[in-house]
Amino acid sequence: MGRYILKRLMTMIVILVCAAILVFTLMYFVPGDPARLQLGVDIPEAILQAKRHELGIDTPYIVQLGKFLYNAFLRFDFGYSWKYGVSVMEELIVRLPRTLMIGIPAMILNVLIGTVLGIYSAIHEGKWQDSITMVIAMVFVSAPNFWVALMFILLFALKLNWVPAFGIENLQSYLLPIICSALPGIAVNARQARSSMLEVVRADYITTARAKGQKDRVIVRKHMLPNAMMPIITGVAGGLCQLVAGSPVIETVFSIPGVGAYMLSGVNLRDRPVVCGCVVFFALFTSLVILIMDLSYAFLDPRIKAQYAKGR
Amino acid sequence: MKKTEKTTYSLDFMRRLLKGWSSRLGFILLALIILLCLFGPFLSPYGVNDIDLQNMYTGPCMAHWFGCDAMGRDILTRLLYGGRYSLLLGLSSALLAAVLGIIFGVVAGYFGGKIEAFIMRFMDIWSALPGMLLCIMISAFMGAGFFATVIALTVGNIPGGVRMTRGQVLAERKKEYIEAAESINGSKMAIMFRHLLPNVVQPMIIITTMSIGSMITMAASLSYIGLGIQPPTPEWGAMLADGRVYIRNYPFLITFPGLAIALTVLALNLLGDGLRDALDPKLRD
Repeated sequence: MGRYILKRLMTMIVILVCAAILVFTLMYFVPGDPARLQLGVDIPEAILQAKRHELGIDTPYIVQLGKFLYNAFLRFDFGYSWKYGVSVMEELIVRLPRTLMIGIPAMILNVLIGTVLGIYSAIHEGKWQDSITMVIAMVFVSAPNFWVALMFILLFALKLNWVPAFGIENLQSYLLPIICSALPGIAVNARQARSSMLEVVRADYITTARAKGQKDRVIVRKHMLPNAMMPIITGVAGGLCQLVAGSPVIETVFSIPGVGAYMLSGVNLRDRPVVCGCVVFFALFTSLVILIMDLSYAFLDPRIKAQYAKGR
Repeated sequence: MKKTEKTTYSLDFMRRLLKGWSSRLGFILLALIILLCLFGPFLSPYGVNDIDLQNMYTGPCMAHWFGCDAMGRDILTRLLYGGRYSLLLGLSSALLAAVLGIIFGVVAGYFGGKIEAFIMRFMDIWSALPGMLLCIMISAFMGAGFFATVIALTVGNIPGGVRMTRGQVLAERKKEYIEAAESINGSKMAIMFRHLLPNVVQPMIIITTMSIGSMITMAASLSYIGLGIQPPTPEWGAMLADGRVYIRNYPFLITFPGLAIALTVLALNLLGDGLRDALDPKLRD
């Protein structure tokens, strides 16, 4: 098991480096001259050249790439924002808590409510409880996240005045972003949990358990849940990655100065250090989530655990 | 006289698809939306870009059912016209992603070995960046416009299809008919695309139907954050981006475009669910 984790960690680092190269290359070849974007249009060539030298973009691609990788992965330094001259790492550290303030509660809601709703509706299959839950889940799977957010702002912030609409003045202002980020994930997880529970319900060992007179509660907890858990975990991990990926949009809607909004401003200003820093950071998060997902498979399923024990 | 029912595969399939009320609803809703977007603009008395400063911010009324925007343009007309963009964006990028996903997936699954390892590692790197992030980057890289947005959406959504198809191929390639085709010295291309493909394509059909919806949503999100399709074009997301400034005073500017997206995606998802049930051989009676 230990060897497996080590191997996975090594693979993860390789993938991260490759993803960083991919992002850097994309941003390197983005059309537009960074020096001109910073300084304006009517600037003499000499000053532009000086700016390019200052930003370190007058060297060949391969030199810039090497420097970026060395700084990012060995010194944990993504350089300075071209536009604002602030260290990207410092800015990320300031902004990270705001993104996590949304992400972590949303994730917890996601897992808890989504799974519970799914199991609830699987247990009541075909009854009205099931139908209502699934119809609501379907609506929130379908409606665009950012539009639901806008509608919630309209209702809860502007009409009812319960929470502030924009910004991060106080804790209440995080309430709507958390709910809006969690909703699609809850809906997806509920659907996933329901269908994997239903698949398990028809399995022979459930019939056996019922035949021997086992209590329903025990059957659900001991036989159904562990077996239905794998697709549910896959769904939860997917939801987490979606949460990260959606943060630029949701942070734009609520004007929250988090990591997602930072990345987006970097993309719009062609600010390469900012974009690369944020994306590497997001990729790290995603890889960690997938790693944890794979490890929890092994933890939950004795069949997979046995494979690792054999030294795969 | 006893009436014998005519059954062909496609008839049987349609019957199974439209068995449940939810997939029937999805089918009708989608057909309605497509028809409205195709022919609606001809029925409207207003042009897409007709500016009418007398009617700035007019709320929903008899003359303008969904109201008018900041330049007095009729929102319903723009919605119908913009639906063409949104639907076409979703359809073309979902299909393109599916085709590329299937090709890479079949090749990886059939050849195995180094080719498989190369493709799959590449997909690992690719999906270390969640779909939406990659879309944002590619969209910035490609610039604005319809074609660029299709590419951005496609690129962000290939890895899932590749994994799925490869998994299917791995399960299928050990079967007798493949062995038979190999033993009569069938070409690799023919084995992959004539024999394997029809047997592995079903799950991709379901996923692609669903992904049309998510592509429409992603396209709208891209336009909303200022990438992808840009505002004068009446794409639904671009209309939302246009109207968000007026959320406080004229909420109908963002209600209707969002509702249009939600309904379209809902229809596609319902249909996708129905497809899954209809194609799943386990449930076929």
